Amino acid sequence: MSASTGEERTCCPRKPRTDDAVAAEVRSKAFTIAKAVMAAGLWWWIYRNLAAFAEGFTRSLCGLDPQSHFGAAVGFFVYETPKVLMLLVVIVFGVGVLRSFFPPERTRRILAGRRESAGNVLAALLGIATPFCSCSAVPLFIGFVTTGVPLGVTFSFLIAAPMVNEVALVLLFGLFGWKVAAIYLATGLSIAITCGWVIGRLKMERHVEEWVFRTQGCGAGTEEKPDGRTRIRAGVDAVRDIVGNVWPYVLLGIAVGAGIHGYVPENFMASIMGKGAWWSVPLAVIIGVPMYSNAAGILPIVQALLGKGAALGTVLAFMMAVIGLSLPEAIILRKVLKARLIAVFFGVVAAGILFTGFLFNLIL
Amino acid sequence: MNIQILGTGCAKCNQLATSVQVAADKLGLAYQMEKVTDFMRFAELGVMIAPALLVDGKLKVAGRVPSPVELEKMLGA
Repeated sequence: MSASTGEERTCCPRKPRTDDAVAAEVRSKAFTIAKAVMAAGLWWWIYRNLAAFAEGFTRSLCGLDPQSHFGAAVGFFVYETPKVLMLLVVIVFGVGVLRSFFPPERTRRILAGRRESAGNVLAALLGIATPFCSCSAVPLFIGFVTTGVPLGVTFSFLIAAPMVNEVALVLLFGLFGWKVAAIYLATGLSIAITCGWVIGRLKMERHVEEWVFRTQGCGAGTEEKPDGRTRIRAGVDAVRDIVGNVWPYVLLGIAVGAGIHGYVPENFMASIMGKGAWWSVPLAVIIGVPMYSNAAGILPIVQALLGKGAALGTVLAFMMAVIGLSLPEAIILRKVLKARLIAVFFGVVAAGILFTGFLFNLIL
Repeated sequence: MNIQILGTGCAKCNQLATSVQVAADKLGLAYQMEKVTDFMRFAELGVMIAPALLVDGKLKVAGRVPSPVELEKMLGA
């Protein structure tokens, strides 16, 4: 559909459709579905056969013994790289499409006026589904707070969105299995819900900068509701955007993991970060909070630590502290929050992460 | 036509500005483009996510950079 005809600026731009046009549209939809099914089938077949392929590749093409250090490292790399990338593509696509259902305006409408508790849970769940680049933190905050979303609920959202993102979950799943990914998801959500609730209870509305409440958000209205094709494009854009940005880190991470897998002896980290060293959890959180990295960037470190004996609780605490809280975020938030509220925000979340770290070291 | 690009300077926000400029020039439109980076104005305009594109005060897209075809549609229609 070309926009440059110039003559079609009527208020109702759609011409009535002819039978031919309808038939063509049905054909094109059927075609798209067929392509999708074939793509899914191909993906699945490749995924299934990756392990065998990786071993065959290492053995025959490279002439390496998979038991040797170098062979093990290469085998690991050849197996994990396509596996993780394929998972990333699928999940990021899925979440991209899911996100098209939850533009911030809709999220805001769902959350406005909710009671605490229920609101906190919803906000945390929606936080996962909402895209969050750090430049959106402040506009989102203002938008929510000035339209009836309670402060605590807004914080639940702000905590969940960066911390529990699908890239982190996919990478954890691909590299460490579904249990670790599930634990991360569950604890991330719990922290978002509880900390948001706690902050709400503290009644710190006075500590939001006054000008925020003075803004009249009458709104420029919402975008038009996307159609199926736009949703799919949202998924494709997400893949291009996110995977396109993140793949060098993923490769680096897997390369590091491969090296560790092949060369570093087991239990290397156990003495420093193992379960016995209780002070490793607070240390991990203190180091992690001021740092910022995207989920893919921190994974090599996570892998290195876990693979060689660090306790799971400590490592997860570190990961959450790095991804969930950061100095840049604090600086940006200073525009809308007074220093004390920022301190409380970070303090409560750090405490939550600490607690989770200890808890997991104890029970796992 | 009045085009406003709301963004705070991250890569996506700049990308939107460039893509919009390309699309508008391609369509040969007469326009003024304004880049808004002040949060307070975001709130006034009711925008919650960056980057965002407003054409003559109406929100056309937020949170992503649309394809050139989409952009031309948004600017033309």
